[in-house]
Amino acid sequence: MSEVKFSKEHEWITVEGDVATVGITKHATEMLGDIVFAELPEKGSNVDKDGTAGVVESTKAASDVYTPVSGEVVDTNQAIVDDPAKINEDPEGSAWFFKLKLKDSSEMDSLMNKEEYDKFAKENAS
Amino acid sequence: MEIKKTSLNKLHQSNNAKFVEFAGYEMPIQYSKGIIEEHKFTRSHSGIFDVSHMGQLFIYGDEGLTEELEKIFPLDLKNLKQNCSKYSFLMNEDAGIYDDLIITKIEEGYLIILNAACKDKDFEILSNLLGNKFKMNLDNNRSLIAIQGPKSVEILNSIINGVDQLNFMTGNWFDSDNKKLFVTRSGYTGEDGFEISISNENAEKFVENLIEKGAQLIGLGARDTLRLEAGLCLYGHELDINKTPVEANLKWAISKSRLSNGDFIGSKKIMNQMNNGASKIRVGIKPEGRLIAREKTKIFDDADKQIGEITSGTFGPSVNGPIAMGYINKEYSKVDTKILLEVREKKHPAIVCRLPFYKKSYVKGVN
Repeated sequence: MSEVKFSKEHEWITVEGDVATVGITKHATEMLGDIVFAELPEKGSNVDKDGTAGVVESTKAASDVYTPVSGEVVDTNQAIVDDPAKINEDPEGSAWFFKLKLKDSSEMDSLMNKEEYDKFAKENAS
Repeated sequence: MEIKKTSLNKLHQSNNAKFVEFAGYEMPIQYSKGIIEEHKFTRSHSGIFDVSHMGQLFIYGDEGLTEELEKIFPLDLKNLKQNCSKYSFLMNEDAGIYDDLIITKIEEGYLIILNAACKDKDFEILSNLLGNKFKMNLDNNRSLIAIQGPKSVEILNSIINGVDQLNFMTGNWFDSDNKKLFVTRSGYTGEDGFEISISNENAEKFVENLIEKGAQLIGLGARDTLRLEAGLCLYGHELDINKTPVEANLKWAISKSRLSNGDFIGSKKIMNQMNNGASKIRVGIKPEGRLIAREKTKIFDDADKQIGEITSGTFGPSVNGPIAMGYINKEYSKVDTKILLEVREKKHPAIVCRLPFYKKSYVKGVN
């Protein structure tokens, strides 16, 4: 599996073969607070880099989830729809959001590595 | 304008509060445990809320004041006993609501608790209506602390002996540690609890004492989910200048004897709506599944006609599901009516339901 990469919209992504797994970062869940609702893209749909690919809602507000790369949605994590609190518990592990068949693996190059993201998140923390 | 801080601001900071600006004040939205845990702790134990941003308006006077206030509020104030509280409204001639409030008869006159965002305007309106005949003090030297939840009576009584003898919607002056506190048994969570008016310099120590006895600080986030589960209105959402108490389904707060005389501001409109019905009314709404419908979500019938709008919507931690309140055309207001909510350009099923979502446990018959 590839190194974990991160987007400025606070998603993480890993790639295995030509399939990417996407979720939201621990930092994002800490900013959102208790997550009580998750909506995922439809299996078989195509999503474009930086486009919306889901929604999470905390007790306070709704936020869009973006996809850091383009591709076809090949799997979604029903467990987080049924129990959105799982996203707060294990955001960068079992609470992944969706898997994509990559359209253009070079899109990965523009994303941040862990060190870069941690710095970015720290600077952008309110 | 510089952001205002309550006398508990430092205590909030040392308890890792996340702050938001609310009505010009820096207020805690939540602490480190988060909204859901804070909500549940209030329901099972005892939560402390800093509501010092709210207005504490003392108006001093005797029978003359009561007479003047009856021209303003739809309440039978002549028969209100000392230390008893009533929920009421400050309205315009069209019964539009400037503010909702709690008014308590005290020995020296009346104490009125006002919403933070409305208090300065309320003061102006009331000053004009009363024509400067009575001394009025919107007291900035006092903090207001709420303590809510089943363990609150035991905790507060261990500090202020005798508060356990108060009935719901009554209050009194108490001495604790040689400090004069005004305590009412009331609240905004659907739980038994109290609100304590205390001088600013004593507020922090008092709250630290409550924490030592096992209560915990709760932010405005959980205050909102708690009040919504309890079916209680929030000014600026369920209530505003374009809505009347009848439309808000708060007829119970209007005194029947006063209504028959019809001599308070807004009485004509209220009487008319009482007799002929209002065209829209506040209802509880339960979305299907886990969908959350926020404020301003449009409500439709199955023929695609817009029939209303959500005024508050969130996830209710104690009912473990989404809950909402909103205004709906009268013909759709019956409990169990199926409606559709437009969220992110899709229509989702919901039903009109009874309020509250969470059953209250107020204490009525202590003595």
